[in-house]
Amino acid sequence: MEFLLDIINNPYYEQVLTMMGIYLIAALGLNLITGYTGQFSFGHAAFMSIGAYSSALMTLKMHTPFLVNLLAGGLIAAFCGILLAFPSMRLTGDYLGITTLGFGEIVRVLFINMEITGGAIGLAGIPKETDFVTVFVLVILSVWGLYRIVNSRFGRALAAIREDEIAAETMGVNALMYKVESFSIGCFLAGISGGLYAHSLQYINPSDFGFAKSFELLNFVVIGGLGSIPGTVLGTAVLSLAPEFLRFVKEYRMLIYGALMVAMMVFRPNGILGGVNLGDLFRRLKRRTKPPAAASGGA
Amino acid sequence: MYLQQLVNGLTLGSTYALIALGYTMVYGIIQLINFAHGEVYMIGAFVGLIMVAVYKVNFFLAMLAAMAVCVPLAVLIERVAYRPLRRSTRLAPLISAIGVSIFLQTLVTLMEGPNPKGFPQVIEDTVYVFGPVQFSKVQVIILVLAALLMLLLQYTVKYTRMGKAMRATSEDYETASLMGINVNRVISFTFALGAALAAAGGVLVGMYFNSIYPLMGVTVGLKSFCAAVLGGIGSIPGAVLGGMFLGVAEVFGVAVGFDTYRDAIAFGLLILVLLFKPTGLLGMPIQRKV
Repeated sequence: MEFLLDIINNPYYEQVLTMMGIYLIAALGLNLITGYTGQFSFGHAAFMSIGAYSSALMTLKMHTPFLVNLLAGGLIAAFCGILLAFPSMRLTGDYLGITTLGFGEIVRVLFINMEITGGAIGLAGIPKETDFVTVFVLVILSVWGLYRIVNSRFGRALAAIREDEIAAETMGVNALMYKVESFSIGCFLAGISGGLYAHSLQYINPSDFGFAKSFELLNFVVIGGLGSIPGTVLGTAVLSLAPEFLRFVKEYRMLIYGALMVAMMVFRPNGILGGVNLGDLFRRLKRRTKPPAAASGGA
Repeated sequence: MYLQQLVNGLTLGSTYALIALGYTMVYGIIQLINFAHGEVYMIGAFVGLIMVAVYKVNFFLAMLAAMAVCVPLAVLIERVAYRPLRRSTRLAPLISAIGVSIFLQTLVTLMEGPNPKGFPQVIEDTVYVFGPVQFSKVQVIILVLAALLMLLLQYTVKYTRMGKAMRATSEDYETASLMGINVNRVISFTFALGAALAAAGGVLVGMYFNSIYPLMGVTVGLKSFCAAVLGGIGSIPGAVLGGMFLGVAEVFGVAVGFDTYRDAIAFGLLILVLLFKPTGLLGMPIQRKV
């Protein structure tokens, strides 16, 4: 217990865990789009940047309360998501992926060229509003919300689209509408995550949200296991902590990180928890441990 | 003025096209976006630089050396990072490709340092004037070599036994293997072919822009991939057309005054084209089968 308190009181650990939580919220959104709905999005970081810039600008220029700005950032990101999704959700697979990637790069270049966002220099002096507790609560809320979504009628429709879009449409699922809705929910979470990011690091720059960040988010989701919420949590934890743990190898850090990504995919192509149902796993474990427990009770 | 920009655009475009060909061939055969291709191009540029700067060989030998390094590298990448994942989800080899690309970028940064390096002036600064248009010698070399390499590729794909096997594999992977085609060899050959073109592109671009650095493959790789998609991915003439189109559009965009938007032009065009022609300019329409 004291160890846990130490972790929370140590500013370095707190910062690392806060960032992990922030990325986790965005990754959960991406998991809804890619893992549950089966649609590629290679530009998720762009929606983070939209949320980050809009909430930071609201804080700086309009002085509205933090939570309002955070929510507004999420909603603006979701709105942009809808704008992108309506025309592009007609594309499939890699074509959709490359379109979202292109969108991400365009957003980045736009932010570099806009005056209000501070251009390439970025936006500095954002007050520090994000703390570990806020992030923690929002992570719990997002996980809970995502569970509710995927286990609802809506979530089952998304799964049907992922498995076979034509079959889903024949069953009366309006695939385009569902895909757009799922995309905008994912973007909303990315926007919230971006707002938290801006108010945690207090400085944002368009190049923070390039396509490298989008692929980092995709890594979290795929390496954790597509379409698995515990998988996303685990993938984000492992991959966002890995660079911290690998600090002792200094300049070889990213070398090992890259090799690690290849190795993880080669050995577990479906991700760490892909295709694993944690509920079943626990039940099986319980069954296996029950008899000895009964025996010890008898003795 | 416009003609001159057109020439500059075509020069830039033919380097995009050389790289785009690697993307399009690999995609055509195993439906994989080979994100490590940009890094193969970067390593080609570095090998060319080292050959010219340290070993003082002439430019063509440097290009051959770059190919000689990049071809086994690409075959190795395919063997280690993609082949074990051929039957898994679409995203798994993609992530592994990104892993390879991070690995290679870091490796080169560790070996050569992160700062851009200049290319020694091995080609003299002669300028040829044709009426209103000027060609520098480098531009002539790029245009001629790129055209030659593309013709050679076209010949390989159209008229050789291996090329026939490639076309069969890209049409139907399963059936090709049932017809006695060694699919693994065809795939390795495709990666080798793409890497040779990318290595040539790397040396040519290094010479043209005179700046070589470990992250140079990222933007160029993405734009070339854009070019491949724009032309219709899987189609070889499409990749050439897409590359030229992007090169010209970019140069004209900058000339008109959008220079700060330079990197967005390619993607903007791509999205526009995909919205009206979802499989690119020369792509076959995808048939949805039940």
